[in-house]
Amino acid sequence: MDERAIARCLARMASEIVERARGTEQLVIVGIQRRGVELAARLKRLIDDAESSHIAFGKLDITLYRDDLQAVGPRPMVGETTLPELDGKTVIVVDDVLYTGRTVRAALDECADFGRPRRILLCVLIDRGGRELPIQADIIGVTISTGAGDRVDVLVRELDGEDAVAVVRGT
Amino acid sequence: MLPPLGKDLTALEYLSADQIRLILDTAEPFKEVSERQIKKVPALRGKTIVNLFFEASTRTRISFEFAEKRLSADTVNVAHSGSSVSKGETLVDTARNLEAMHIDMVVIRHPSSGSAEFLGKRIRSSVINAGDGKHEHPTQGLLDILTLRDKFGKVEGLKVAICGDLLHSRVGRSNIHGLTKLGAEVAVCGPASLMPRDVESLGVTVIPHIEDAIQWADALNILRLQLERMTAGYVPSQREYNRVFGLSTARLDRAPKDLVIMHPGPMNRGVEIDSEVADGPHSVILPQVTNGVAVRMAVLYLLAGGAPDWAQGGGSE
Repeated sequence: MDERAIARCLARMASEIVERARGTEQLVIVGIQRRGVELAARLKRLIDDAESSHIAFGKLDITLYRDDLQAVGPRPMVGETTLPELDGKTVIVVDDVLYTGRTVRAALDECADFGRPRRILLCVLIDRGGRELPIQADIIGVTISTGAGDRVDVLVRELDGEDAVAVVRGT
Repeated sequence: MLPPLGKDLTALEYLSADQIRLILDTAEPFKEVSERQIKKVPALRGKTIVNLFFEASTRTRISFEFAEKRLSADTVNVAHSGSSVSKGETLVDTARNLEAMHIDMVVIRHPSSGSAEFLGKRIRSSVINAGDGKHEHPTQGLLDILTLRDKFGKVEGLKVAICGDLLHSRVGRSNIHGLTKLGAEVAVCGPASLMPRDVESLGVTVIPHIEDAIQWADALNILRLQLERMTAGYVPSQREYNRVFGLSTARLDRAPKDLVIMHPGPMNRGVEIDSEVADGPHSVILPQVTNGVAVRMAVLYLLAGGAPDWAQGGGSE
């Protein structure tokens, strides 16, 4: 996927979010660190431009909610969490890639510690299958099928200098 | 594979600049956890931590306990009095017995220098030094450095004067090691009787008069005059000490710029620091305490296996 394909995808997802949430009132958009945050920020801009709204925005770092601290191997650096009021809101959780579902499980747990949203919807740019938990996305950019050895790289301009999605097939 | 910090944290002397920065950077997001309505994350769920305090402590013990609880660890406190230590059990035997109950970490404060390292080499659990005799108090050093970094934006090039009883101070020693590794200039100031003989070998300069330290420094870290030293004849009297080395507004007013004032606590008001200074606008004594919890959370988290992947890949899960 190149820059234009991603832009088209995000534009469609933005209107789907507004449709699913029945407007922008009570809407909160939350990105999962790190690339989910950039995608969430773009979705917010697209929605705000189209609807002349100012929807609340947050960042979520799920590192401290992971279930694999015991597992061998190093972790990512713990990032920043800043969340607006969630009580009674429709919260859109945004991530770049949905795979096992463990990140989303952690994100849901963390949201619950911050408040009681009326509804949480999951929005991902890429659904690559391979779920290990009963979790599904509500708004999806692209669905692709991958194997366990494959890698899906989402690059965003803000962090990587370009917008692109690449599937690196494992051997 | 061991995480980059190793199994124990016993002294800042043994850490690299990168390892110290890793702890400080990890402490940043933990500050926010303590400001949440639900001040708890599940990162250390199921870990058991024993706080083994063979010496009196309120601030450090409570700070460690908050840090442990906010990471969802299970904690047990063992104090010197009322435990079998007072029946003569050795440190290693105490720890081995605890380990037989499947603990994961020990936080130890002990009057003997080197006791944390000694213990770390003899048990499997992670050991964190919460102050060992006259040696080091690494988490206090880290929280002092974090507070300076918050205030000045960086540590490199900063001029920090550590004032008071350097001879007996583990806080002073940890600060010296940590600050010099991060590229700060460190000076020490205090009575000659309370100055270690080889102090320059730690990479610091000696400024004998506090007036000169005030002229030179960006920040002052005022150490507690350990009153139990008075009887040993290191200083003639508290009043004498206050007159020659006490930090007063009169002295601070002659500084060429606003100095940041730190003190590790507990303070002897009117001895090493006057109340107007301790409660004044440039004092960061309470922010130091707040940062203490975040730094200890970072250390616990990193030693428990949360150390980062230095070679991070792309954006897949």
